Amino acid sequence: MAVCVAVIAKENYPLYIRSIPTENELKFHYMVHTSLDVVDEKISAMGKALVDQRELYLGLLYPTEDYKLCSYGYVTNSKVKFVMVVDSSNTALRDNEIRSMFRKLHNSYTDVMCNPFYNPGDRIQSRAFDSMVTSMMVQVC
Amino acid sequence: MEGLTLSDAEQKYYSDLFSYCDIESTKKVAANGRVLELFRAAQLPNDVVLQIMELCGATRLGYFGRSQFYIALKLVAVAQSGFPLRVESINTVKDLPLPRFVASKNEQESRHAASYSSDSENQGSYSGVIPPPPGRGQVKKGSVSHDTVQPRTSADQQEPASPVVSPQQSPPTSPHTWRKHSRHPSGGNSERPLAGPGPFWSPFGEAQSGSSAGDAVWSGHSPPPPQETWDQTTVRTVASATTANEIRRQSSSYDDPWKITDEQRQYYVNQFKTIQPDLNGFIPGSAAKEFFTKSKLPILELSHIWELSDFDKDGALTLDEFCAAFHLVVARKNGYDLPEKLPESLMPKLIDLEDSADVGDQPGEVGYSGSPAEAPPSKSPSMPSLNQTWPELNQSSEQWETFSERSSSSQTLTQFDSNIAPADPDTAIVHPVPIRMTPSKIHMQEMELKRTGSDHTNPTSPLLVKPSDLSEESKINSSVKFASGNTVADGYSSSDSFTSDPEQIGNNVTHQRSHSGTSPDNTAPPPPPPRPQPSHSRSSSLDMNRTFAVTTGQQQAGVVAHPPAVPPRPQPSQAPGPVVHRPVDADGLITHTSTSPQQIPEQPNFADFSQFEVFAASNVNEEQDDEAEKHPDILPVEKASDSASSLRVAKTDSKIEEKTAASVPANVSKGTTPLAPPPKPVRRRLKSEDELRPEVDEHTQKTGVLAAVLASQPSIPRSVGKDKKAIQASIRRNKETNTVLARLNSELQQQLKDVLEERISLEVQLEQLRPFSHL
Repeated sequence: MAVCVAVIAKENYPLYIRSIPTENELKFHYMVHTSLDVVDEKISAMGKALVDQRELYLGLLYPTEDYKLCSYGYVTNSKVKFVMVVDSSNTALRDNEIRSMFRKLHNSYTDVMCNPFYNPGDRIQSRAFDSMVTSMMVQVC
Repeated sequence: MEGLTLSDAEQKYYSDLFSYCDIESTKKVAANGRVLELFRAAQLPNDVVLQIMELCGATRLGYFGRSQFYIALKLVAVAQSGFPLRVESINTVKDLPLPRFVASKNEQESRHAASYSSDSENQGSYSGVIPPPPGRGQVKKGSVSHDTVQPRTSADQQEPASPVVSPQQSPPTSPHTWRKHSRHPSGGNSERPLAGPGPFWSPFGEAQSGSSAGDAVWSGHSPPPPQETWDQTTVRTVASATTANEIRRQSSSYDDPWKITDEQRQYYVNQFKTIQPDLNGFIPGSAAKEFFTKSKLPILELSHIWELSDFDKDGALTLDEFCAAFHLVVARKNGYDLPEKLPESLMPKLIDLEDSADVGDQPGEVGYSGSPAEAPPSKSPSMPSLNQTWPELNQSSEQWETFSERSSSSQTLTQFDSNIAPADPDTAIVHPVPIRMTPSKIHMQEMELKRTGSDHTNPTSPLLVKPSDLSEESKINSSVKFASGNTVADGYSSSDSFTSDPEQIGNNVTHQRSHSGTSPDNTAPPPPPPRPQPSHSRSSSLDMNRTFAVTTGQQQAGVVAHPPAVPPRPQPSQAPGPVVHRPVDADGLITHTSTSPQQIPEQPNFADFSQFEVFAASNVNEEQDDEAEKHPDILPVEKASDSASSLRVAKTDSKIEEKTAASVPANVSKGTTPLAPPPKPVRRRLKSEDELRPEVDEHTQKTGVLAAVLASQPSIPRSVGKDKKAIQASIRRNKETNTVLARLNSELQQQLKDVLEERISLEVQLEQLRPFSHL
């Protein structure tokens, strides 16, 4: 049950950010923003030699805070980052589930990129992408 | 207007139709296309329709109010039932069936006889609300539509607006609208410029009638016999929210609008040719973007149209995809809302597995290379078929076949894949590889490939081909999915990939471990730790400390006193002092160690240390040269046996004192002899010394042995200054001991480095394994 899904461009500005409309969406935005630092740290920690072997899935970025939210990261080879804030209170999502969600995100993002009418760097306004994210955000809630 | 009494069913039906026609929700329906379509679908003669319009008062008002609309519908029902059209008839005729409306595909059917079935099919494609009357349509159309068809076609040509109800109208007009880009085609349902649409419209009066009825017509499709049941059905369906009904009707009617007429298709094909002469080729995304941007639709909508039409998500449009996109653009220009999903009629329907497989290659290539023209013939049409056969396993098999072709043919893809697949076969699996998501069979094949690839450890063909195949496969698929090499779509494949990776890594690890295993084995056994061990074979039966202590004590007295004391073989650090004194002995010892085991049984032949002392003292002066000579001899010999004796150096240290004394006279004795012989006597002396060492205490025996040994020696010059020579000898011995110790130290350092390297390699392996540990 993703609570918030964000696609961050290489220059660390959001291409797409969407969260479950709750009372405090800014909190999710803040989490995503702070997660970016962790993402960058993980990317740099990989080292140049391991660029090829670097795993796209970054895993849990930092442990849950008091609101039982975890953020997971995923970075593509073009330094586009996916950050997903997950509510772990309901069910303990296994790692594989998170990975599959990121995979879907990546696939949908690729489809968006393949659209010639999409200029890289623009905000993602694809309906298909939105529907996919909606399905991800609602699936477990 | 006469009072109109409607039954409940009629009320609902009419209200639904009215809402359907009342596009603008203005509660009054202008004589827009929908109404007209509805009336046309009523399949009534034109004059009848005109009469109806006049009767209901629409002509007077110029529009269809709700009441007029209802009256019109009622009159339609009356007319269809065969009753004369009278104003009074709307109320007098009881039990009037609901007006029946047939999808007026008149013009299309009249134009294309073959499309009758298609129309019926389209009607069948309606969302169950309107059961298609296959045969009925034809019958009706024949009667009614002939006169309307011809003017209709002309009207269609001129009709820019496309009423929703008659989608066949809009598509034919699309070419014209397309050509008249400057003149914005009247999108939106609002424009129903029925005023002056053409001769066809004139029968309907002044363009105000018809539409509402036309809309009502749609929902009223039903074969005459089951009229009642049909009405029930429609009523029920209509009974739901009117908006929902309207939407359903609209959606059902959308299936029709999405159907591409032949004329449209021909137009699209021509347009396709202007961009891509090869009909089987692809239009790259950039060209398509430019082309569709000319339609002046908002980019967002164009983006959505692209998402819908690019079925295989390859960034290029085949002929079918292009036609679908074009059709969507036309529809959007005419006011149709873009659907969320591609309508079935627009889906690429050409199914040719073989071609689809090949086509899959093409879009992949095109997507990457951006050149559409290289598509081999008969490939593009089948591309969409790929999508059609997506869930079919046959497709996967076909794709596999084509993968092999593609990988060899598409240079760009192989290059791309080569980046993914490095020379190392093991890491190739770990790399991100585009993988097809859905077909499990393909996943299994992929997994098999991965496993086999890992097993083969062949960096070139199998692994390189497979990643390229996988990438191509993904391109073929409607969704290009790039998954990390070790991640596959579903859990099954992910687990497989993970297992395959650990397998490889395990192979690596095991392989490395095998290496490392051997190395520790190599390192461990050969050189026993150069730590003095009391349990050494040579000294096992001897209390080295005691002997060492004795030696030390004797050493204190003088250099000469060393020989009798058993050298404390334990640590060189422990006995640096005494050991130092016997550098020469150490050298000789080393060479002698190899033969030490043999000397143990010769223990009884101990030399007399006292004699050694004498010799050592007397031969100090001569020793220098001899030792100098001996050193190079001994050193090479020592080095030769270093590998084996490095560990035993410490052990032999204890013997150093003995050996030193023994070697001194030996050196002295060899001073006159050539270099070759010296080692022999040294060894002999060392032998004797080894034998002597275990039983240092037995001086008598040693004395006897010494005497024998000494007797065998050549003449030994005797120095005059005992002290000076002794000091010099001791210095020399210390130096030799130093060298021996230095050598020992270097060897130990080397061993330490080796162990550290092994540790580092193991740690690296552990780190490599760590990412997969938590999966």
